Amino acid sequence: MSETLWDQLIYIVILLLKIVAVVVPLILTVAYYTYMERKVIGYMQLRRGPNRIGPAGLFQPFADVLKLLLKEIVLPANANKFLFVLAPVLSLAPAFAAWVVIPFNDWMVIADIDAGLLYLLAMSSIGVYGLIIAGWASNSKYAFLGSIRSCAQMVSYEIAMGFALVGVLILSGSLNLTEIVLAQQGGLLDWFWLPLLPLFVVYIISGLAETNRAPFDVAEGESEIVAGFHVEYAGAAFAVFFLAEYANMILISALTAILFAGGWLSPFEGLWLVGDTFLGQGSIFWFLLKTVFFMYLFLWWRATYPRYRYDQIMRLGWKVFVPITMGWVLVAAVFSVFGLVVRGS
Amino acid sequence: MNTTNMLLAAPEFWVLIMACVILIADLFIREERRGIIHMMAMITLVFAAIITVRGDYLSEGLRSATAFNGSFIRDPMGDVLKLFSFFILGIVYVYAKFYLRQFRMFRTDFYTLTLFALLGVMLLISANSLVTIYLGLELTSLSTYALVAFDRESKRGSEAAMKYFVLGSMASGMLLYGMSMIYGATGSMDLADISVAISNQDGDSMILVFGLVFLVVGLAFKLGVVPFHMWIPDVYEGAPAAVTLFISAIPKMAGFAMAYRLLYTGLGDLHTDWQQMLSILAVLSIVLGNLAAIAQTNIKRMLAYSTISHMGFILMGLLPGTADGFGASMYYVIVYSLMSAGAFGMIILLSARGVEAEQLDDFKGLNQRNGWYAAIMAMIMFSMAGVPVFVGFFAKWLVIKAALDAGLLWLAISAVIFSVVGAFYYLRVIKLMYFDEPLTESPIDAPVDFNAVISLNGLLMLGLGVFSGSLIAVCMSAFGA
Amino acid sequence: MPITEIVFYVFSLVMVSAGVAVITVRNPVYSALFLVLAFFSSAAIWLLLEAEFLAIVLILVYVGAVMVLFLFVVMMLDINLTPLKEGFIRYLPVGIVVAVLMAAELLLVIWSKGSFDQGAFPIPPPNPVGFSNTKALGELLFTNYLLAFEAAGVILLVAIIAAIALTLRKRVGEKRQNPAMQVRVQRDERVRLVKMDPEPRQGN
Repeated sequence: MSETLWDQLIYIVILLLKIVAVVVPLILTVAYYTYMERKVIGYMQLRRGPNRIGPAGLFQPFADVLKLLLKEIVLPANANKFLFVLAPVLSLAPAFAAWVVIPFNDWMVIADIDAGLLYLLAMSSIGVYGLIIAGWASNSKYAFLGSIRSCAQMVSYEIAMGFALVGVLILSGSLNLTEIVLAQQGGLLDWFWLPLLPLFVVYIISGLAETNRAPFDVAEGESEIVAGFHVEYAGAAFAVFFLAEYANMILISALTAILFAGGWLSPFEGLWLVGDTFLGQGSIFWFLLKTVFFMYLFLWWRATYPRYRYDQIMRLGWKVFVPITMGWVLVAAVFSVFGLVVRGS
Repeated sequence: MNTTNMLLAAPEFWVLIMACVILIADLFIREERRGIIHMMAMITLVFAAIITVRGDYLSEGLRSATAFNGSFIRDPMGDVLKLFSFFILGIVYVYAKFYLRQFRMFRTDFYTLTLFALLGVMLLISANSLVTIYLGLELTSLSTYALVAFDRESKRGSEAAMKYFVLGSMASGMLLYGMSMIYGATGSMDLADISVAISNQDGDSMILVFGLVFLVVGLAFKLGVVPFHMWIPDVYEGAPAAVTLFISAIPKMAGFAMAYRLLYTGLGDLHTDWQQMLSILAVLSIVLGNLAAIAQTNIKRMLAYSTISHMGFILMGLLPGTADGFGASMYYVIVYSLMSAGAFGMIILLSARGVEAEQLDDFKGLNQRNGWYAAIMAMIMFSMAGVPVFVGFFAKWLVIKAALDAGLLWLAISAVIFSVVGAFYYLRVIKLMYFDEPLTESPIDAPVDFNAVISLNGLLMLGLGVFSGSLIAVCMSAFGA
Repeated sequence: MPITEIVFYVFSLVMVSAGVAVITVRNPVYSALFLVLAFFSSAAIWLLLEAEFLAIVLILVYVGAVMVLFLFVVMMLDINLTPLKEGFIRYLPVGIVVAVLMAAELLLVIWSKGSFDQGAFPIPPPNPVGFSNTKALGELLFTNYLLAFEAAGVILLVAIIAAIALTLRKRVGEKRQNPAMQVRVQRDERVRLVKMDPEPRQGN
């Protein structure tokens, strides 16, 4: 080891600063995502949504946070105290940890690791622990039912999701997210959503199911099991679950943007007139725009579709999505072998 | 890696593809027409045999050829064992169809699982590296675990499957542990490289011997020799007769091949070490198998103990570590599989109306009910007992001769004594068939194909005995003796 | 002491104590969770060895899938721990003998190299920059170990077939939904419109 302890310390401090630079905006985004949700769904249902606190209700998220933080955390008498407290943390940690490998543009990434995609899969797969433990530790039937439902659902949809990602890595030839984005260069029609259209659709829908969002929100299904796994949680503990859920939604949106919609690349790349301007250059703004678009889709679907029945969710995952993705992985392999999709053209 | 190399594994590929085709075909075939599946399985075996016989590598003047970077080997021994596996599995299918129909278990799973087990057996026979051996073994075992519990309503079946699974996994663990030590000592998983490393004294002998002990224990578990035989009687008794038939016949071939490849190809230089261990196992198996079989009233259990003693004989052939010994052992394993298939075929034949004929008493007075069937069973029993003229005699004789040549006198003597003891319970079956009154007068009927195959099976016991030279020559030449 | 060494000792300590906790804690759910912790720590140690692929796959497969299902089962079973504990004491002597034997063997194997110093077990040279563990493994799997890789795939297929063959059955009197039939249903099969004359108002 040639480095001194001092070098290592500086390295760690810089790393921490980078993490803060990602996490703080993320939390703010979550806050305003809830505002966006209420506004968007409000307008879709011919209501105004929150409009009292601040101009156009813009301070509403802060009011909500304040309210949640000031409330008492109720520990149920027969709950397993330690796990009950641990569960929200366990569900939040992977949701944040996954952001380490997300490239915001060609240099803005905390850890540019080779097996980035695998890391993401690993992080999203351990997010389920928070839910299971919350359901079990609450010692409540509703909570337990909710956690069992979400656990089965997440494990099932992870398979379809994993296969969808296999298609992406066949075409890009890399597990590194930056390289995956660079492999999509060339404008709107060169992004992977087109050659991998079935996988793209499956991925987005599985993303909905992974995050337990409507129409796959049977894990919390208010009308059936009250609020599912977090029925016993209140105050700050509940807020943490809430934060994790929305962070996960933003993560899935960002991932969809990176894997299927060219990440930070511009859709106008190489086009006449605009191709040479700022619009034609890849930049973080395109990435954010795409992410917000997919975030909006989450809300749109919530306002549109009624909740799926539980057995149908399982059926859809195993009998429809898994075969489709397996089949399209073969097609993607054919594309790749015969050079029908050229990397980074 | 080039394609000609991969074509060496053509029989394996064919069986794999057909197993998958049958798996999918089942979805489109109605229950009444499931006979088609049976035909497909038979066609699979026939073509697998044809592909194997072609053996292109032999035409190039090679005695063996490897593929997949040395982890797979084709040689005459493997080809002969595979061909007999196909042949005996064909016999098993004919018997099993009759049984499964009668017991309302005629499901495609039986065919897919047995074909996958066959694939595992083939892989094991051709394995030339520790990884391939382990994977082939697991493929075979996993399929047979499920097959033992094939009758889902039977508690005995589930219990047997559970015991088999737990002990089998333990054995796999032992084997893996041993393999990891050998890998650690020699730095290679390829049997040829291991052999070279050992003869160069590269390997650390302490680790090697420890590894060898674990390998032998794992092997003994899988072969079912004393003192690792506990699972055999329970599994044979608990499994449906069609499955017992399969387990008793096919995986033994792979067991022999595995022992040969591991101990001789890989660890040939440790011959003195494993000879000691195996000779103890062999003697114990022959003694305990034959003694315990006498006390049984259930014929499936009796045959289970007889299997244990037969496994002892097969191990005995391995002991000298010479081509003659291996040839004798291979001859024994093929003959044993044929005998065992015939014996369980007879049990299936006598099973009627949903009740298995698993008691010895069910064989009482068989001669009065049907003389020909009694004669077939008599031939099989004579052969198992090792009565001269029948094929079983030559198998025992060759193995004992090989042991004598290697100077293992005390082993040979105890083998002879206990085969005489063992003859008692085989002959008891014959006594029951010819000199006792039948318990039931109900006629025995079986479909034409069943009758043809069991007659062939019985006559082979005599035919292969009278004309014993050719098969022995095939087995001996497989090892270049 | 370099940071990597500190990290190694911390994670090893966590791993070993989690491993001990797996077999000693009373609550089976805790056992399963401690096993998860042990997996995590071993993944971290693998990362130190620059085996990032194995580390991530360990988390992905064991923590993310196997243990979740395991936990699922453990939580749903109502396990009475008292009889299990009785067995623990009764079989403890045998267990200790086996453990001592295993440990002795391991020590013998290591000592046969001479000693515990680093001369006998040299540190492997660090990988060059840009070396991808994942790629190297992939290349090996699809060339040298192709047969083994395919055979492992077949084994998994057999496991699926076996599991389905042993559990999927049609019982008598079982109620089953067929979504295809449910979707194909027509209005006429469910709703019957009945023409009714309005009833005369009461009391007129």
